[in-house]
Amino acid sequence: MADIEILEILSPGILTSIQDLGRYGYGRYGVAPSGALDSYALRIANLLVGNRPDQAGLEAMLLGPAIRALADIVVAVTGGNLQPRRNKQPIEMWRSHILKKDDILSFDSALSGFRVYVAVGGGISVPSVMGSRSTNLSSGFGGLQGRALKKNDILTSENHSHPVKTDTRAFNTAWIPVYPNNWSLRVIWGPQDDHFPDENRGTFLSASYKMSSDSDRTGIRLQGPVIRQKPDIQTSIISEGVIAGSVQIPGDGKPIIILGETVTGGYRKIATIISADLPLLGQIKPGDTLRFTAVSLEEARQALIGVEENVRRIEASMK
Amino acid sequence: MGDRSLLVELGDEISPAVNQRVQELFSAIDRHRSKGILDLVPSYRSLLVIYDPLRTSLDEVKTGIKNMWNSTDQSRLPQPQTVKIPVVYGGEHGPDLQLVAQYHNLTPREVIGFHTRPAYRVYMIGFTPGYPYLGEVPDAIATPRRETPRTLVPKGSVGIAQKQTGIYPVDSPGGWQIIGWTPVTLFDPFGKPPSRLVMGDRVQFHAITAQEASQWQT
Repeated sequence: MADIEILEILSPGILTSIQDLGRYGYGRYGVAPSGALDSYALRIANLLVGNRPDQAGLEAMLLGPAIRALADIVVAVTGGNLQPRRNKQPIEMWRSHILKKDDILSFDSALSGFRVYVAVGGGISVPSVMGSRSTNLSSGFGGLQGRALKKNDILTSENHSHPVKTDTRAFNTAWIPVYPNNWSLRVIWGPQDDHFPDENRGTFLSASYKMSSDSDRTGIRLQGPVIRQKPDIQTSIISEGVIAGSVQIPGDGKPIIILGETVTGGYRKIATIISADLPLLGQIKPGDTLRFTAVSLEEARQALIGVEENVRRIEASMK
Repeated sequence: MGDRSLLVELGDEISPAVNQRVQELFSAIDRHRSKGILDLVPSYRSLLVIYDPLRTSLDEVKTGIKNMWNSTDQSRLPQPQTVKIPVVYGGEHGPDLQLVAQYHNLTPREVIGFHTRPAYRVYMIGFTPGYPYLGEVPDAIATPRRETPRTLVPKGSVGIAQKQTGIYPVDSPGGWQIIGWTPVTLFDPFGKPPSRLVMGDRVQFHAITAQEASQWQT
């Protein structure tokens, strides 16, 4: 079936790109996962429009785009509250809406959170590159021509033929995530936590950090108490694999939380954010404060099972 | 590392022997395709195994790797390919060639002679897609990184950092001393595989002129 034009970008906002749940299996070639930073929000948005949870949607940050519908479509907006509007009228987030042809979906600045996700019934069709439609912005592939969206871009869908039935999809509003300005992130120590003296490990857990404005999709840079490594070791390590959530301590002692755009690194990693808390990294904004709490592997597992049960509960309640 | 990856360390130095062990374990796990393994990132001295904690567990991954490690068989490693990489050294393509020569009291021609001598081992692919970490550069031309990294190093640039040499497959920031440029495409997202070089390959550089390079592209 031929692709149908569904969306036209009228203004791109600060940074709007096509993302799915990421590109795995190509780390050996230096290819990082990319993907929606708040994967939880994208999954729920997809479920709300009747898609598979892993389909590609739009990710925008801080100041969102304006988009014209080129056909009758169903959309859902999740994640940070960037004040979505349909033809200038505010619409609810975390539920599906019909956009008629020529309706305009627009956003404003973020009231809470940092990144907003838009899923479209039938998905957005861009070529799958190495098994994923996510945009790798730094290396220029995936998504739409490997780049952020810009004015006049036209997005297509292979299949948008199921909109009307899903118009009323919503779920218990008590289950909608709330994004604070002060975050508590759970970590598991290591792999190089033993390269730091006890008092510095203590500082890492007791300190309050601020997200720096020079953060981007590759990493969240933190300002706050400096973490010193043991004095008798070199400043960097032999380059090795990293994952999203790795907390690196570079030479200046200011922690950087690695996001999904990097596969290797040469700095020590004091701790790793647990999987259950990874989606939160997409919603922390510059100026927010962060604290770290150390948990066990079993606590991390229970937390992740909790997140997945939540997704299943939401999915079940929509049917 | 965290609740969804295991960092398997097989030595604490940059050496062909340690790197070969990493490659052996990497190949064994890759062949085995155990359930729940999402990605593998082999590097100089370690292998990062990324798994889906909802489909497997750290214990299961560890046990699987121990069993595979006991049965790894070097004879099953793929025969390394030797890839010849033509390089335009110096000039606008290699802005740091002069500096590297001065650093070692050599002529640029002597630097090129040293750089093209070894068949380098591809220790790992990382940093950016398709970026090969090659070693080892002769001591005579080993040069520290630039104090201030460049914000944009053009695709194809060939650099040196201490005893490592490498090629930038895509435009990216970078701090290595850039001594030349190659017209060879090292990363193609639609290629199978996407990277021209893989871990364990050998790279042999040879000097070409800018004119030969322009013909290479056509």
